[in-house]
Parts: sequence; C-alpha cells; structure tokens
Amino acid sequence: MEQVYIETQDLSVGYHGKALLKDIALKVKKGEILVLIGPNGAGKSTILKNIIREMQPISGGIYIKGKNVKDFTSKQYAKTMSVVLTEKIKTEMMTCRDVVAMGRYPYTNYFGKLTKEDEQIVTESLEKVSAMDIAEKDFSQISDGQRQRIMLARAVCQKPEIIVLDEPTSFLDIRHKIELLDILLEMAVKDKVTVIVSLHEIELAAKIADYVMCVGGNGTIEFGRPEQIFTDSRISTLYGLQQGTYNCLYGSTELKKPEGTPRIFVAGGAGTGIFTYRELQRMGLAFTAGILYENDCDYPVAQALAAQVITEKMFEPVGEEAFTAACRAIDEADIVIDTGCPTGQMNERVKELPEYAKAHKKQVLFRPDSETLRNCLLQ
Amino acid sequence: MQIKKIIRCQVVYILLVVLFVLAVIFNINTGNVHISPARIFCIIFLHGDMGTPEYNIIWKIRLPRLCMAAILGGALSLSGFLLQTFFRNPIAGPFVLGISSGAKMFVAITMIFLLKYMSGMPLWAQVAAAFVGSLLAMLYVLLFANRVKSMSMLLVVGIMISYICSAITDLCITFANDSDIANLTHWAMGSFSGSSWSTVKLAAAVVFPTAVVTFLFSKPISAYLLGEGYAQSMGIRIRFFRVCIILLSSLLSACVTALAGPISFVGIAVPHITRLSLKTTKPVVTIPAIFLCGAVFCMFCDLIARTIFSPSELAIGTVTAVFGAPVVIWLMVKRQK
Repeated sequence: MEQVYIETQDLSVGYHGKALLKDIALKVKKGEILVLIGPNGAGKSTILKNIIREMQPISGGIYIKGKNVKDFTSKQYAKTMSVVLTEKIKTEMMTCRDVVAMGRYPYTNYFGKLTKEDEQIVTESLEKVSAMDIAEKDFSQISDGQRQRIMLARAVCQKPEIIVLDEPTSFLDIRHKIELLDILLEMAVKDKVTVIVSLHEIELAAKIADYVMCVGGNGTIEFGRPEQIFTDSRISTLYGLQQGTYNCLYGSTELKKPEGTPRIFVAGGAGTGIFTYRELQRMGLAFTAGILYENDCDYPVAQALAAQVITEKMFEPVGEEAFTAACRAIDEADIVIDTGCPTGQMNERVKELPEYAKAHKKQVLFRPDSETLRNCLLQ
Repeated sequence: MQIKKIIRCQVVYILLVVLFVLAVIFNINTGNVHISPARIFCIIFLHGDMGTPEYNIIWKIRLPRLCMAAILGGALSLSGFLLQTFFRNPIAGPFVLGISSGAKMFVAITMIFLLKYMSGMPLWAQVAAAFVGSLLAMLYVLLFANRVKSMSMLLVVGIMISYICSAITDLCITFANDSDIANLTHWAMGSFSGSSWSTVKLAAAVVFPTAVVTFLFSKPISAYLLGEGYAQSMGIRIRFFRVCIILLSSLLSACVTALAGPISFVGIAVPHITRLSLKTTKPVVTIPAIFLCGAVFCMFCDLIARTIFSPSELAIGTVTAVFGAPVVIWLMVKRQK
C-alpha cells in the first residue's frame, strides 16, 4: 500500500469567513494526478488557493504526508510545492531563463546567487519543457503557449514534490495543450511528482486524471476515479448543459438538437453520417437517422442531433423490425440522404433503403457535398 | 550572453562612479565666489586657510550641500524604486502618489503648532512628522489602490491626494505667524540650500541604514517581480514583506521631504534610467546603481539650480521636473503601445 501524499479533512473553503464549498475530501498518492473540473466560478481556484496557502481554510485542514500544511514554514512549503497560476506576469528585461531561474528561490543564498548546480537544474527544467530555443528570449515577447511552458519550467525548477496548476491550458492551442499535459504526465510517472490541476477541457481531463474532483456551481463536490465521475449525465448536470450534449466516451460535444418534425432521412453509418448530421444541425433541420448499430461511431452524434435514431443491436443482422421502422421514417420524409455506408453480410438490407425511397418517389441524394445538400434542402 | 551582461553592468557602474566624481568636483568648484582649484585642494585636504571666507564657503556651504544632494537624491530614487515594485506600476513615485505632499502637510502642521511653544523645531521632529505624514498619505493611496486596478487611475488618486494635502498646507500657512511663513514657504519650495553638517548627519543616519536594509531585501524583491502569488509560493511572507516595503519607502521619502522639501520626478525617472542602462531588473544589481544614479542626478540638478541664474537660485524641483517629467511622458507613451 502506497501512502497517501495529500489529503483533506472536513475542509471548507470560502471568502470572508463564509464557507463557499464544504466537506471537500480528497486523497491523492505520490505521483498521481488530480484534475479539478467544473463550471466557471464554482470554486476550483478557491480550493487551489487554499492548497497553495494563498488563502486560509474556513474550517478543517489540508495535510501533506500527514502534516497540516499550516505547520510548514514558508521555505519548507516552497520546497514542497510549486505552482503555475492564472495571473499573467509582466516582466521587464527578463529573459525566459531568468524567469525559470526564479524557481530556485528557496534554495539559493541570501542574495539569490545561482550556483553551478542551480544553473544545471535551470537548464534541465528548460529542456524538460523543450524550451531551450527560447531560453535567451525576452519573456515579455514570447507567445502565450511558450509563456505557459516557461512558467511550468519555473515550477519544475523549484524541485517540488507536488505541483499545483490553475487552468494551465486556457488560451493555448491544441498542440500546446497536449504538450503541456504530456509533460505533466511524464513528471507524475517518472519523477513521482503529485499533480493537482484544474482544467476546462473535460475531454483532456479524462485522459490524464488518476482522480477527478467535480466542483459544481451549487457547492456540490464529487471526488473519484475518472470512470466513476465521467458519465454523460453527471457532466451535463455539472455544467448545467441544457441545449447541447457531451459525450464522455469520445469527449465530444454536440450543439443543440434541431426542433421540428423530421422531413429528412439520413442513411448513415461507419462515420459517413457525422458531417451530414452536423450540416443539418447548422441548417436547423430535424432529421431521422438510421439504421445504425449501437456501437457505430455515427451513433453518439446521431443520438445527440437526430430527432429519432433507428437502431439495431450490435453484431446482429439488420432485422425486420428496424427495417420497417426505417421505411416508416422514409415515408414521412421528403428527402433521403444516403451517405454511403459500407455494407457487409450483416447490414445488407441497408442497401435496400435508397431503392425503397426511389420507389416511393422520394428525392435521394447520394453522398452529397455540402453545397448540393444546401441547394437541395434550402429550395 | 551572460558575460556581455556582466560587462555591461560593470561599464555602467564605472560610468556612474566617474560621473559621481565629476559631480563632486563641479559642485565644489562652481559658485558665486570663485575659488581656484589649487586653493580648494589646499582647503579640503590640508585644512589650510582656516577661518578665511573661502574656507567657510567650502566647508560650511558647498560640502554639506553636496553631501545632502547626494544622500537625498539616492534616497528619493530608492523610494521611487520601492513604490514601483510595490504597485507594479512604472510611474509610481513618492511625488506623484501624493506621499511627499502628505509629509509636507504634516511637517507644516506640526511646525506651526510646535513653534507656538518652542523657539524652533528640532530636525528629528521634522523627520518624524514627515514620516507620519508619508504613512498617512500612503494608507490613503493603499485604500484606493485596492479598488482601482489601472495604472493611470492610481496616478489620478495620487494627484488628488497631493492636491488635498497642498490645500491643507496652504490653509495652515494662511493662519500661521509671519515668521513661520518665511520658514515654511522657503522649505516648501524644495531646496538643498541651508544644509549644514547637522542636517547631513541626520540624513545619513536615516538614509544609509534604510538603503542597506533595502539592499538586503533584494532577493524577495526579485521574486515579487513575478507577482504576489508566485512570490508567496516561493516562500515569501507576503504581508510582512509588503509592510516592510511601505515602511522603507515612506521613511526614505519622509527624510527627503523633511530636510529638503518635496522634490518631484527623481523617484520615477532615476530608477528607469538606471534599469534601462543596466538592461536588467535584478535588484541585487540595480539597487546600488539606483542609489548612485540618484545621487549623481540630484547633484547635477542642484548644480544647475544654483548656477544657471546665479546669483538667484532655482527651486530644485524646477530642475528635476525639467529632466524628470519627459521621462514620465515617455514611459506613459511606451506603455500605451
């Protein structure tokens, strides 16, 4: 059994003596990653501020290796924990290397002189975030992504046992997001650094978290393993999603489902339908989707966007029931869109759907590009 | 890269020392009464011609005044530097934030009251009054600084405080005796004239220890440059640190205001000139340079103040404003980009 590294007991946090969040319970071991998710303003930052001792808990305590954090001296704590904050720092005439070197603060002598060893650690930290190429550049003149990396290098340079990051991936493009999280993951696994990070990107949270803490807008807190926490309904409630949907398995979001009675039938499957579904959503047209297997990758999107989805159980041949349902839907529709789903022994009958439509004088579009689709539908 | 930086710093320091020496020489050498360099040398180092008017001019007027300009110039610059660090605002300074005016107001009030009961006001009492006044003004600025985040708003608040303090000072002067007024108005203009060895001693006793303490704070100041949150995470006790910075800067600017009156723009201009020439913000390097540069700046300004329209003398603030204000305008414009 590995020992718990950081935990809280009956922790309540808030402002001006009033508790905003109560009964915060977390337990994380060394080298594990805890991700805080939740809507804006729910209190993720407040929890983090208590952990980094910028604020005092209203009640209860935070313990690192069994010791209450308020019993650490400033210097001890600085050697234990380092941070990456949301506050943007303004520097003048400081190179990136200078900023990173500030991380050695708790270790240097009275005047902050860097020893050879310190310099070595600074270089290593810069290498770790692959920022050697910008080391000598002025910190105020680099991009947001580079800046965040430098701030991470600064935190690494402090040689902490635990690192706390407040929304480090905001304002970063997808490449920099992934790179940043990769570095965190590597630190956790290789160097056994405990990581506590708040993220806005739930799909990324699911990928790096060992533990997840949901901080809800109404003061609810849930803590657990990602597989326990990441359910579609929980995420929807957590963020108060009313119009769109979030799919936890794929980490994908879809916008609001179009309203109205479906006048279009989309015969999709195997990923061929997704773009058409979304195109129809953008035009605000309700549609029926079918016939999809429940494990088809089109299925979650169809489920989110289609007025009705006609499905068949997975690994079964398309049966009479599904087929008739599809025919009913085609009867109701004016236009049938065939997105060209590949067929095999099991779903042979799907091929019959366009023919059925033609026989019933419905307009059939075969794999239309978005322009033809728009021309046909907006007439 | 590193070596280049070190060489740059060395060059700047050497330059500052050379300028300092030049300032000293010029200041001793120029004045209403012409004294030849040879005699000056003789008077200073050999204590020759004791009792002659020239001896008195050198020893009782020029030298103390020179020391005063150097010490107080350094103090003002350091005070400005500390305030800029504290407020993270490049144009903060004891004068623009109204701290000098607060000190002035308090000195004026105490002077008027004390003179009713005593024949004169002891120097240390002036410094103490100025210190209290600075702290009071500072507290007001802090009160508003928490609410206004923008740099220009802070400036406006400072200027308003400065106006209020000046108004109260003027009010006091209106109700004061004639003899006090002569004393006050002269002092309120700001000047290094009237410096004597006793004022120099007092200034040195306050400024040098404060400057040394400031220098000892250079490591936390360097961390503070990254912002409060980061500074705290690196192990700085933020509250203690902030109180110290406030006290140090108030003490420095109070000392200047009490002994030489309010002097504008040195506190803003000098730290920037120094940083720009050193091309670094490392406090270990910049703090001594800022002090030195402030000393040189004030000595030259004083030289101009007393020689340009000689025999009449300009207020020191007039000269420093001419050189300092453009720096502030330039900083504002640069920030806007």
